[in-house]
Amino acid sequence: MLSKVAERLYWTSRYLERVENTARLVNVYDKLLFDIPNEIDIGWYNLVILNSATELFEDRYKNQDERNVVKFMLSDDTNPSSMLSALKMVRENIRTSRDVVPAETWELINEVYLFAKNNIQQGINRSQRHEFLSEVIKGCQMLSGLLYGTMSHDAGWQFMKLGRDLERADMTTRILDAGAFGLLEANGDASVNLRQIVWGNVLRSASAYMAYRKTIKGPVYGPEVANFMLEDPHFPRAIQFCLTQMDVAAGKLPKNENVHKKIKSIKLDALKIESDTDLGNDFRDFLNDLQVQFGSLHEAIAETWFPVP
Amino acid sequence: MSMDWKRYEPQDFFDELVTPAGNPRLPAKRLISYLNSLSEEEVETRRQMAEATIQEMGVSFTVYTEEGNIDRAWPFDIIPRTISAKQWEKTAAGLKQRLKALNMFIDDLYHDQKIIKDGVIPEHIITASKNFRPECVGISPPFGVWAHICGTDLVRDSDGEFYVLEDNLRVPSGVSYMLENRAITKRVLPELFENDRILPVDDYCSNLFDMLASLSPRTVKKPVVAVLTPGIFNSAYFEHAFLAQQMGVELVEGSDLVVSDDDCVYMRTISGLERVDVIYRRIDDLFLDPEVFRKDSALGVPGLMRAWQKGNVGLANAPGAGVADDKVVYAYVPDIIRYYLDEEPIIKNVETYLCEDEEQRAFVLENLDKLVVKPANESGGYGMLVGPHSTKKDQAAFAKLIKENPRNYIAQPTLKLSTAPTIVEKGALEPRHLDLRPFILQGKNIYVTTGGLTRVAMRKGSLVVNSSQGGGSKDTWIVETGEV
Repeated sequence: MLSKVAERLYWTSRYLERVENTARLVNVYDKLLFDIPNEIDIGWYNLVILNSATELFEDRYKNQDERNVVKFMLSDDTNPSSMLSALKMVRENIRTSRDVVPAETWELINEVYLFAKNNIQQGINRSQRHEFLSEVIKGCQMLSGLLYGTMSHDAGWQFMKLGRDLERADMTTRILDAGAFGLLEANGDASVNLRQIVWGNVLRSASAYMAYRKTIKGPVYGPEVANFMLEDPHFPRAIQFCLTQMDVAAGKLPKNENVHKKIKSIKLDALKIESDTDLGNDFRDFLNDLQVQFGSLHEAIAETWFPVP
Repeated sequence: MSMDWKRYEPQDFFDELVTPAGNPRLPAKRLISYLNSLSEEEVETRRQMAEATIQEMGVSFTVYTEEGNIDRAWPFDIIPRTISAKQWEKTAAGLKQRLKALNMFIDDLYHDQKIIKDGVIPEHIITASKNFRPECVGISPPFGVWAHICGTDLVRDSDGEFYVLEDNLRVPSGVSYMLENRAITKRVLPELFENDRILPVDDYCSNLFDMLASLSPRTVKKPVVAVLTPGIFNSAYFEHAFLAQQMGVELVEGSDLVVSDDDCVYMRTISGLERVDVIYRRIDDLFLDPEVFRKDSALGVPGLMRAWQKGNVGLANAPGAGVADDKVVYAYVPDIIRYYLDEEPIIKNVETYLCEDEEQRAFVLENLDKLVVKPANESGGYGMLVGPHSTKKDQAAFAKLIKENPRNYIAQPTLKLSTAPTIVEKGALEPRHLDLRPFILQGKNIYVTTGGLTRVAMRKGSLVVNSSQGGGSKDTWIVETGEV
């Protein structure tokens, strides 16, 4: 397989994952805001913070209100991580990888892209947002399903898995960070009730609510949520699961020693999380450090298999 | 209300579907009676379906403009163009004859040049040709074939006969659109494929692969074949990706390839370098290898010519094949066929005046308002003068160009290009001019597509069918009519 094609497939699935995650995040966010008492200041701007995009946002907008944040997250073409930008990147990467993905992939991405582009206003206005984003999420899932069911699970597939799972792991750290940050913003005023609301929504943002309840068989409790999202070996958006899958995928590719070593060096149990007080600034630093490590895991993948720039 | 075929008037052109009396031609009979059974609304629905399908299938081509490159959806008319299988058989034989002779001609030019020594063709045709490559002299590609993939433009004049308008022997494009046109038509008019005997077109890609594999220098079971594209910004990128995908081969850019010290070509893969046996190159000669041709080419592969000259890699088409893709050489093709094959040409040429000949030039200069003047070496319909549609100023400008560089121009009578009914708006049918580009493959064997790509000049009265200049296309049906 061509190095260049490997790189494009990796980015195809990374961006596809980003589209789905962004849609999901915006989709659950207004529900979270409905549940929070008015006097507590957790706003839409939190979404921008968790995507490390504050500078870019401030270049473009003055008001940190719902409309601007949603616009920035979904449709802004100056934001390379906006849902529409990411979807465009998926399309570009599939367009240039048409010789290796099933023929229907190209048709389907065009359908999803055209739908999202032509109806983006529905995502920005509140009244139809839920239906619109659900359609986009469905489109992403159809693409994933199409690839899973009809693409050869050869080297190309392993690169798609690497891209998808790295993006997922990264997003999970950001969703956890959003929860921790939100509660810190509440200035220690956080009642048990509020903590439950926030951590419950952290789970929902990752479609992890049911899996958590079934696995933990207990109430939504911050430290348990954090440990579950970090270390559960079975849930597909838990970081441990993502890392294991990446290691399996890398194991099927040639020259995988460095990537394997890098994956093994990421320690998810480095921070003991036993009570709510463990979810403060140390926890946020830990998540930030994980993001840095994912960055260098990406570097290792690129150095090993992708074309020399 | 259904479409009004009664009001359709082919005028004094040959119409592909309708006779001068207004009756359907034999191969179009079922098609027209079916279209008649549809209401105007239904036809409009199908048309919209085709448009949506094209968008979803992402069938597009790129147009270069001053504001940047635009990716445009493929303009398509849902009414197919029909040709009887009987007539096609004869045409296909003529196309094979032509390509065989052209390949013998190219091979001769790069070896003994017998045809020049025998006085059939003047020597300056070679010495002055922009596409003659001295680097190719003495090279013997497999089977003596240089132009492996040829797109020949055919037109039908008012006498109903096919004529060859030009041979595209460099990097002809359009075959993917031929295949996609069929795929779209099957979706929007599926009923017709149940009743009519329409010959399939989809064996092209496997024939293309077999032909390419036959050029492999290594005797391995599965030669490694790659399609070399200039990249995403090329107007035919869609086609490059399409063909690579359909053949199941790698789509590569120059930067993916490297010529090693052993003068073999390799591609950069995730496990290191892998040998490449055959390259279907979709970039022009001059960009192939910066060591030999244009030094500034970032699209090519340094050392590629070396590898090819040593016989370590197959290149299709071979460098230098374009020498026969020249409108001056074109005028001699009937003689070329007689010289190498000792046969009469099955398909005729359009009458051609060579401006380098004093007498013919004088005739051309006097009749600029009636003739079509073309530069010898341009493609895409650029730099042409269509006499009857030109102003006095245009004509004066061309007269000057011709006098300055007579060898670079030829002229032909303005053809009465055939027409076919085309939906122009709200179910209204009008005749539009069209041509046909079949594709011929030659390697170990020779093959012709079943029909080809029909290109339509969508503007009323226009004769320019190039997609870069507002042309569209139609599905082309070769229909078994039971005639013997």
